[in-house]
Amino acid sequence: MNNIFAVAGIVIKELYRRKDFYVLFILTVVICLVMASVNVFNDNQIIRYLKELCLLLIWISSLVIAITTTARQIPAEREQRTLLPLLAKPLSRTQLIFGKFLGCWLACGLVLVCFYAFFGALAASREHAWPLLNYFQAAFLHWVMLGVVIAMTLLGSLVFAAPSSNSTICFVIVMAILCVGRYLDLVALSLAEPGRSIISGIYYTFPHLEVPFGMRNLIVHDWPLIEWKFVALDALYLLAYAAVFLVAACLVFRRKAVN
Amino acid sequence: MNSPRTPWLLLIALLVFCFGLAANLQPRFQSLENSRRQSDNFFSLLLGDSSRVFANSFFVKADAYYHSGYYPTIFDNNSAFQTPHIAEDTGDVASHNQGEDEGFLGPPRDWIDAFGRHFIPNRHTHLDEGGPTDDLSTSKEVREILPWLKLSAELDPENIKTYIVTAFWLRTKLDKVPEAEQVLREGLRNNPNDPQLLFELGRIYFENYHDSTRARNIWEAALRSWARQEPGVPQSERLKLTNENFDSRFIFEQLQTNLALLEEKVGNLDAAIARWELAKLASPKPDDIQKHIDELKQKPLNR
Repeated sequence: MNNIFAVAGIVIKELYRRKDFYVLFILTVVICLVMASVNVFNDNQIIRYLKELCLLLIWISSLVIAITTTARQIPAEREQRTLLPLLAKPLSRTQLIFGKFLGCWLACGLVLVCFYAFFGALAASREHAWPLLNYFQAAFLHWVMLGVVIAMTLLGSLVFAAPSSNSTICFVIVMAILCVGRYLDLVALSLAEPGRSIISGIYYTFPHLEVPFGMRNLIVHDWPLIEWKFVALDALYLLAYAAVFLVAACLVFRRKAVN
Repeated sequence: MNSPRTPWLLLIALLVFCFGLAANLQPRFQSLENSRRQSDNFFSLLLGDSSRVFANSFFVKADAYYHSGYYPTIFDNNSAFQTPHIAEDTGDVASHNQGEDEGFLGPPRDWIDAFGRHFIPNRHTHLDEGGPTDDLSTSKEVREILPWLKLSAELDPENIKTYIVTAFWLRTKLDKVPEAEQVLREGLRNNPNDPQLLFELGRIYFENYHDSTRARNIWEAALRSWARQEPGVPQSERLKLTNENFDSRFIFEQLQTNLALLEEKVGNLDAAIARWELAKLASPKPDDIQKHIDELKQKPLNR
């Protein structure tokens, strides 16, 4: 376990040495503040459009950070020729994969804390309310969802040749799930066989990442808390998918030549 | 040769030349103003005609905000949302909605859909009726639709509906009457003499400013503008009960009805009866109006 945490610690340090997070965070802050300065009929209590924009930017930024950070982990170790010395230490391939996953996931967690703190401050500046539990539910499921994305990208980094192609493919898959994932069964119904069965099969097998994404509307429009049992069930559902991708990544990495 | 007066004379000559040039160019610029109005709009310049598509999207977005996010997508049954409810609830726009607006989601399709519905807005509410909290004291939350309406109006300045809806909510729920008037005047700048905009402006003067004289003048101007819209077509033809005539008939009836109410309020019963008679021509319920006219005719006898 110590080995896993050691690898994870290096990944986290790498994140705060790189500029990705700072750039995206400052960009989000600047865009939101510019939009907040717009005068809408002399009413300074209008906030929901800002909340929606801010949450959208948070989702985009977090996905960019999660995918790009994860996609370069293994290829960078290979390029810099540090992978072999790393594995020569008492560190198994499985531990390396788990360490990389944990590092990226925790780093994304830290990023989300910063982003959601800004979001809460922005919302409170006009709403004068702190629905902290609602924000916690949204941020927690967002973080668990990023776990699936990170595990999937880690698997992709072992399958695809270059980090760029891996990042692009992961982005396309994640965006497709977020945009049409909920309606794929309806799309399947309008198709003829065998398309219908294929699309239905995909609908039932891919991870439904759009569920936490849909929570944005609840936060933006001040809906009441979701029952905790549903939050827990969704977290378990997503963690199961993350585990599947991680196990697949371990199996692929075990058979992969590292030199 | 260099007289000390030369620079002054040159300066005066230049001033005269500038004045003459300005006087010459001013009428030309004024005549160009109307044709330039479109290109002055940043969004029209950037997006061309596609700005109208975006404007419509933002209008629908405002309606989605009015429902606190509970809104059908292209995959859902949207027959109950054909006319945005923010427009329908103003009473100034004809509704084409059918079916249940409560349950456009229908029964859950599978366990994934059933589970996912716990994480999205899943109840039909209106912001002016308290939204998801059902707290009527928060009806001013309807203000949240305004940014999208403002953006929609900027993208498509010729869409009358956007100005009317914006002005209605500003005036009725947010007590921002001067802002509502400003919106309508902006609409009239972009769509001169539009009868619907004039009707709404008249309502502000009648219902909010309690200025019956100006309200009457504005509504009469709206009626003249209505008559000018289709110069060759007789009034009886425009008031026929057909689907094509719906909007034209609707605005005529609204104008005559409100003018009649105004005349009743100021005590001009004869003028009110005359207005009701005209309103009857366009009304889908002429019998009700006739009953009211009969009541009005009785009034002087009772006095």
